[in-house]
Amino acid sequence: MGDAREQRSVTDAARAAANDVARRSYGKLLAYLAADMRDVSAAEDALSEAFAAALADWPLHGCPDNPESWLMTVARRKGIDGARRKRSGEAASVQLQAIADMHAECVDTHEDESFPDRRLGLLFACAHPAIDVNIRAPLMLQTVLGLEAKTIASAFLVSPDAMGRRLSRAKQKIREAGIPFAIPERDAWNERLEAVLAAIYATYAEGWSEPDDADLARRDLVEEAVFLARLLAELLPQEPETLGLLAGMLYTEARRRARRSAEGEYVPLAEQDTRLWDAGMIDEAETLLQRASTFGRIGRYQLEAALQSAHIERQRSGRGDWTPEVQLYDALYALTYSPVVALNRALAVAELEGPEAAMAILRVLSDDKRLAEYQPYWAARAALFARIGNERESLHAYDMAIGLAHDPAVRRFLQRRQAECAKRFGRLG
Amino acid sequence: MQYLLMLFVEESAWHRMSDDEKAHQGAAYTAYTEALKKAGAWVGSNRLQDTATATTVRLANGKSQVLDGPYVETKEQLAGYYLIDAADLDAALGWAARCPTASHGVVEVRPVWAMPGSSAA
Repeated sequence: MGDAREQRSVTDAARAAANDVARRSYGKLLAYLAADMRDVSAAEDALSEAFAAALADWPLHGCPDNPESWLMTVARRKGIDGARRKRSGEAASVQLQAIADMHAECVDTHEDESFPDRRLGLLFACAHPAIDVNIRAPLMLQTVLGLEAKTIASAFLVSPDAMGRRLSRAKQKIREAGIPFAIPERDAWNERLEAVLAAIYATYAEGWSEPDDADLARRDLVEEAVFLARLLAELLPQEPETLGLLAGMLYTEARRRARRSAEGEYVPLAEQDTRLWDAGMIDEAETLLQRASTFGRIGRYQLEAALQSAHIERQRSGRGDWTPEVQLYDALYALTYSPVVALNRALAVAELEGPEAAMAILRVLSDDKRLAEYQPYWAARAALFARIGNERESLHAYDMAIGLAHDPAVRRFLQRRQAECAKRFGRLG
Repeated sequence: MQYLLMLFVEESAWHRMSDDEKAHQGAAYTAYTEALKKAGAWVGSNRLQDTATATTVRLANGKSQVLDGPYVETKEQLAGYYLIDAADLDAALGWAARCPTASHGVVEVRPVWAMPGSSAA
């Protein structure tokens, strides 16, 4: 009995250790294997076999002193076996040579039991311009975090089959087209880094768009995105945009609890209880943004973070002057020419110069087809028309916004605003 | 790895050029080929005759069917190729960007299928 119990606790400890290494080191192990095998899929297979071997071996022989090295050694061996098995069908000579080189390197460096962190190269491979832009973020989640295609599919609202197919197509392209697992050259640097940042930002936006508790997979996506942004900021501390991206996410995350009332209703920024904000997270974001600014290279993500910072500071201090916000939106628009930025700028202008000035901007924006199905555009129109006393246009815009709102809490919020608007005009008329 | 750079250009644009312009462009390609050779990346290259000279062949019911014209009619036509040796896709894309075609047409980059035991890998 005692033996059985002891055996079970050893098994549990081994399983816990394997899970722990999987969580902490998956991306690091995979990045190393994939770079040397030049094949993400083969590296994934080898690594999952190594984890299976660990679950079988560790309960019997105890956890190794360095679980990462143990897994790496086994994964390499599995990788060589796998390449041999496939040799008849495909040219495996290069792959075998690469693995042999790597093995020599492993023997050489075995002493210090460590291997270099190649996750940055993996991130750059996943966000390579030769990879379809829509699959870059899912590919990062799978390779760096080890998420299953099924989980990623539900987070991105795609069928598991379709996501699995798109992921394997991307990995096939990496292998067959010879996409390198390397840090890009200086001349391609900005564009390539921008692709990595954009993919992480897309992950975050995807998770953030659905804040309801019901959808856990999508909320987890926000955490994974923050993890990736932290990793990138850690790997590239000299790139101010990586710090700006992380800062922007933390500012937004810090306000999560305040975005819903106790009854689950949507609370707009201007009405949020600032005591519900996570002050520690805001401080961390401020520190990051300040550090980014010392490099003297402004960019889109720093400006977005600076806007978040300004909104938070205004809300806390009760500042009425919107000049800083309008200036930041001006700078951001000059960089991005994004209609969404133009829309938010119009709302800031409404606060600074009055609704008429904002309406002039909106009239120009109304020609932009990209905004025609953008819910916040119609909500902004509705609010501005209400302010200048145009009931008919306001109610119509609320109808449009309500129809486009995915989030039930946002929909109810817009319905309440619409009812208030109708009542106010009813009373006046 | 070996990559095929396929050069797509508008044939009619070439015919509209003056002799001077043609000579200028020819020189650009010669210089590019030289650069590839100097770097040890050049495996082969050729310029093709116009698509007006193209003939397509397929077997239908065991009989060869021959048709006048290119396989697909496109705004830009395959006008030539370079077969190059490059360490990885980035290196190949780097060469593609330097190719004179990139400034007046499109360069499609395709890895060559590596046959077992061949040096193309």
